[in-house]
Amino acid sequence: MIHSLFLINHSGDIFLEKHWKSVISRSVCDYFFEAKEKAEDPENVPPVLQTPHHYLISIYRGKLFFLSVVQTEVPPLFVIEFLHRVADTFQEYFGECSESVIKDNVVIVYELLEEMLDNGFPLATESNVLKEMIRPPTILRSVVNTLTGGSNVGDTLPTGQLSIIPWRRAGVKYTNNEAYFDVIEEIDAIVDKSGTTVFAEIQGVIEACVRLSGMPDLTLSFMNPRLLDDMSFHPCVRFKRWEAERVLSFIPPDGNFRLMSYHVSSQNLVAIPVYVKQNISFLETGSCGRLEITIGPKQTMGKMVEALMATIHMPKSVLSVSLTASQGSYTYDITTKILIWDIGRLNPQKLPNLRGSLSMQTGVPKPEENPSINIDLKIQQLAISGLKVSRLDMYGEKYKPFKGVKYLTKAGKFQVRT
Amino acid sequence: MTDSKYFTTTKKGEIFELKAELNSDKKEKKKEAVKKVIASMTVGKDVSALFPDVVNCMQTDNLELKKLVYLYLMNYAKSQPDMAIMAVNTFVKDCEDPNPLIRALAVRTMGCIRVDKITEYLCEPLRKCLKDEDPYVRKTAAVCVAKLHDINAQLVEDQGFLDTLKDLISDSNPMVVANAVAALSEIAESHPNSNLMDLNPQTINKLLTALNECTEWGQIFILDCLANYTPRDDRESQSICERVTPRLSHANSAVVLSAVKVLMKFMEMLPKDLDYYGTLLKKLAPPLVTLLSAEPELQYVALRNINLIVQRRPEILKHEMKVFFVKYNDPIYVKLEKLDIMIRLASQANIAQVLAELKEYATEVDVDFVRKAVRAIGRCAIKVEQSAERCVSTLLDLIQTKVNYVVQEAIVVIKDIFRKYPNKYESVIATLCENLDSLDEPEARAAMIWIVGEYAERIDNADELLESFLEGFHDESTQVQLQLLTAIVKLFLKKPTETQELVQQVLSLATQDSDNPDLRDRGYIYWRLLSTDPVAAKEVVLAEKPLISEETDLIEPTLLEELICHIGTLASVYHKPPSAFVEGSRGVQHKRLPGSTGSGESVESPDTGSAAGVSDAPPAVIPSQGDLLGDLLNLDLTPPATTGPPPPATSGLQMGAMDLLGGGLDSLMGDESEPVTTRRERPPIPLRTGTPQSPQTLQQSPSPPDYSPTELGGDLGGSSAMGAGFGAAPAAMPAPVSGGLDDLFDLGGGVGMPMGAFSPPKIVWLPAMKGKGLEISGTFARRAGVFQMELTLTNKAMSVMTDFAIQFNRNSFGIAPAGPLQVLTPLSPNQSIEVTLPLNTVGPVMKMEPLNNLQVAVKNNIDVFYFSCQYPISMLFVEDGKMERQVFLATWKDIPNDNESQFQIKDCHLSSDAASNKLQGSNIFTIAKRTVDGQDMLYQSMKLTNGIWVLAELRLQAGNPNYTVSLKCRAPEVSQCVFQSYEAVLKN
Repeated sequence: MIHSLFLINHSGDIFLEKHWKSVISRSVCDYFFEAKEKAEDPENVPPVLQTPHHYLISIYRGKLFFLSVVQTEVPPLFVIEFLHRVADTFQEYFGECSESVIKDNVVIVYELLEEMLDNGFPLATESNVLKEMIRPPTILRSVVNTLTGGSNVGDTLPTGQLSIIPWRRAGVKYTNNEAYFDVIEEIDAIVDKSGTTVFAEIQGVIEACVRLSGMPDLTLSFMNPRLLDDMSFHPCVRFKRWEAERVLSFIPPDGNFRLMSYHVSSQNLVAIPVYVKQNISFLETGSCGRLEITIGPKQTMGKMVEALMATIHMPKSVLSVSLTASQGSYTYDITTKILIWDIGRLNPQKLPNLRGSLSMQTGVPKPEENPSINIDLKIQQLAISGLKVSRLDMYGEKYKPFKGVKYLTKAGKFQVRT
Repeated sequence: MTDSKYFTTTKKGEIFELKAELNSDKKEKKKEAVKKVIASMTVGKDVSALFPDVVNCMQTDNLELKKLVYLYLMNYAKSQPDMAIMAVNTFVKDCEDPNPLIRALAVRTMGCIRVDKITEYLCEPLRKCLKDEDPYVRKTAAVCVAKLHDINAQLVEDQGFLDTLKDLISDSNPMVVANAVAALSEIAESHPNSNLMDLNPQTINKLLTALNECTEWGQIFILDCLANYTPRDDRESQSICERVTPRLSHANSAVVLSAVKVLMKFMEMLPKDLDYYGTLLKKLAPPLVTLLSAEPELQYVALRNINLIVQRRPEILKHEMKVFFVKYNDPIYVKLEKLDIMIRLASQANIAQVLAELKEYATEVDVDFVRKAVRAIGRCAIKVEQSAERCVSTLLDLIQTKVNYVVQEAIVVIKDIFRKYPNKYESVIATLCENLDSLDEPEARAAMIWIVGEYAERIDNADELLESFLEGFHDESTQVQLQLLTAIVKLFLKKPTETQELVQQVLSLATQDSDNPDLRDRGYIYWRLLSTDPVAAKEVVLAEKPLISEETDLIEPTLLEELICHIGTLASVYHKPPSAFVEGSRGVQHKRLPGSTGSGESVESPDTGSAAGVSDAPPAVIPSQGDLLGDLLNLDLTPPATTGPPPPATSGLQMGAMDLLGGGLDSLMGDESEPVTTRRERPPIPLRTGTPQSPQTLQQSPSPPDYSPTELGGDLGGSSAMGAGFGAAPAAMPAPVSGGLDDLFDLGGGVGMPMGAFSPPKIVWLPAMKGKGLEISGTFARRAGVFQMELTLTNKAMSVMTDFAIQFNRNSFGIAPAGPLQVLTPLSPNQSIEVTLPLNTVGPVMKMEPLNNLQVAVKNNIDVFYFSCQYPISMLFVEDGKMERQVFLATWKDIPNDNESQFQIKDCHLSSDAASNKLQGSNIFTIAKRTVDGQDMLYQSMKLTNGIWVLAELRLQAGNPNYTVSLKCRAPEVSQCVFQSYEAVLKN
């Protein structure tokens, strides 16, 4: 099971350690630093490392490494999932997951870690339950606590902990009862030079924000549930009901949670909202290159494409760029060699265009690799797979809740090869 | 108001100041002080000196303060054992507290105080807590037992806590069950032989019930525990699978992967023709694909596991190639894994896409990745024959880019392609030679030199090229030196006139100026060979090389089986059995997949017999050495897989000698430059030595690249004529003893069959030209249910032939000789002899192209000869291949239409009854007949020895000589072969 946890910042300082069994010297992290050194980029550090006596399993989140040490055979996915859960919890408690915020709340962090794991076994990882035991810091509470000597540790047994619905606490009360669902889809695609789609899929999630009193039992149904053939659910969803009737029936956790995530991979269902016409060339002789990019709408289902942005990772030898953008603005970072063109809204009448020359280092052979273009975009009020919620019903409580569904399509890993 | 204030220190001693604050009267000040202490602790400062002061704060009603003190205690109790005893009383008192939260907190903290002296005081409170009325306390207490066991195992056993823990598996609360399972699993890990988790159907049922209701983490523990159970039969196995499949849709990827493990394991027990089996296969793909959209760290672990799953059951993901396409912002460790899986999934159907992708990757930035992509193109060429040409032209394109490392990788893989497809792509050599100067890595240089040496006769300036390498001979790495030596000797044998000087030079460099014993010995061997018998030298050095096999770096099957049982664990990430690397797992039991209860499973689990054998071997050997060694050990420890009488000792020795020739000679031939593939180095005849009586084999064959030079030198040094030295080895052995000839098989039995199975006429497999005077013709037959090979051996040479032996390479259906080749008397010149070799299908399995290809090696006192032949697949149709009508109907519908293939048989003039009779003779059974519009439709079934069912519909119309056959099978790749058999049987 999980033996110890080290939190390590970007520059390689260990700023927090926690041991659930005996104390392991932090020198064990040297193996990790060695691997980090070798990987150059922090993203490329292998997540599972073997040392003579231990295994180091790490994740990289928000410029921090969460490094856990294990001594026996454990499922690494279990450890990785848990570490992400720790990061999620910090995020939820403190609004962000950074070194400074963790240092500012070190005692709460320590209490949380203690509550989340016992002897390496996960104890309470649902934020609902945790919040009952350790209250998240608020400015008001810390002021009150200082004045009254109160504490932010709850002294009653968290109610959800033992019921068969551990994700919901009892006795929830709201004056405004509301339930919101956001259907968010991300398009992951690889488009090749000629504009043909090499690969495309949709990663969808339904994020819920449910603030309902009592023990509501909800049923969410879709217009076209057949679209969904590969999904994973929050533990609250009754799987049998889904199998039989294709509706989501559940007693929701209180607050924000991810109801389900799904995956649409059949190529014909994945619409590609924009096309990219590009020409990036480096001249064989001389020290310059040309770049021209035009983006236009392809399958937008009549909706507006917003927050359009193109990111290009230039080869090392590109020293500077001199471009003109017909719309939006561009920046080129000389150290990271990243060109970002922030376009904004896509106007189908007047297609945005970026063109100009690239100046290259002289005396260096022309770069071999072709930079690929990463596209970011947003389309409001559209789930690109066509998924639609038809209705939401509530049982078990008397009041009438306020309901809402929002759709949003985003570009995920949307990559155009050149 | 943040906690960062706790980190600020004053100039005065920090500890001193804290001490004062801890002893303050004010509650609030105390708490603040403890917080400061904890803060210092989190950053690794030593605050153990404050132990008594902190413990003094323990008696408090404030829960937060209590928790903080407990936190401190857990950290430092070990360093202050005497002081820690002070805390015991409080714990005992807290365990009686009316608030379950405090009871649980106390029992939890107690277990974390790792002080031996204290533990005995804790037994009583723990016993109470295990029976507490509140499940929250019980579940905490369950974990505490595991903690205590870690500190003092004997105490836990003496106090009977283990039994209490076992009782908790039947607890009414699922959370308690999950924790009890987790605790027991952890304890069991350090006690591999204790029968802690005696799983029986009742406990399994309880676990499955708890599975639905406990937390995600609990589900992982329960699923991992379930995976250790072996169901009694396929029904139980199916019912467990049915209850586990909903877990595949869980949001927690660890739950998903643990569920996949259970399913992969229990699936082995399901009969392949069961509908549910197909459904399950289909259900496994989506969750695996979903894992790939998670965070990169999760993807990595998932990919390592998918790599195993794809090797075991390629059908699950064969349509999902695209999800493994690399995105440019994937971390490098994800990219490399994806690439590996892409090659494993590459097939004729998707090769065009794969190649386009690989070419794209070859222009990426990351050097390691680019290299691997180039290598992958080469592997595709070797794996998918139809794509070879396209792969080669892609590689040539890449060479044109002149990017140094791309060119070098490309040359290394092209060398392998040459070996796989001899005399096909040599036209590209000129292009390769152009890049000679840019090669600076030993592997690429060695590969290029090998190519120059091997094709010296086609390269006009081969001598100049090699000479240019020779200039810096001493600066080259050993790999290149050895290769250069061999290449120049090859060149000399091909063009003796112009290159005498060169060969002299290299031999003297190797033998006189080198310290490297390998190089020196090889130099001497060549020198003597060349000086005593140039003809023999030619035969040895320029002998035809066996083709390299297509599937490379597959995991050895027994290891793969074990790893499948460990899906989701560290073992699956490292692709090593846990015993090889997990510390503290004293003698972990080797897990293996359960055998199927269905019939005829030989293809799916060829090594079930040997798995037990391997587990007795010193476990460290298998992972650390290459596959080859694993194989060898495996085979040596296994009783021979033949059903016939064990081969007599001499035959073991003969085979040993043959291996010596195969392995040793091949490496001598100078193929040092293939580190990718120790496997490929292997001659096509797997080393099934059978008996451990051939120590030579063990010492030499496992490591062709670095064979023990002294060994070989010693052997060879004695005999002056090298060629004779090799030839003499087998001859020196006692003549074949005809022991163990009590042949079990009635060879004449087939004659009595009313309607004999079709057997093709004999054809010449090994012409005398290639067999040094030995001509072999043969055929296959199935007589009285016995599958056999009928051979005619003819001696067309001038001398007597003796010591015949035969071996088969791994093949698609595991065909292997069921006994030794019975040639009792020496074969004199111009004599021929008919031999029948009974066969079985329990040998090692490897897919061949075409499917019914069989590579055979026959040895006699002169040499070893390799040839390949094709057997009609109808030989493998078993006698009980008649399906029930109902089953037939259901199965026909169940097999997807994609798997149906249609063939035409032309010019056949049989009535439907005659056709049916004829086919029946070959175990193709007609189940039903229907006549529609004058057209007869025969519904037929047959079953292969490995349990694969093939369903057929044969349509024939009176007067029309053309028949139509539609074949449906779950393994559609056999269809082509089955059709050929149909045609052969009907036209015969």
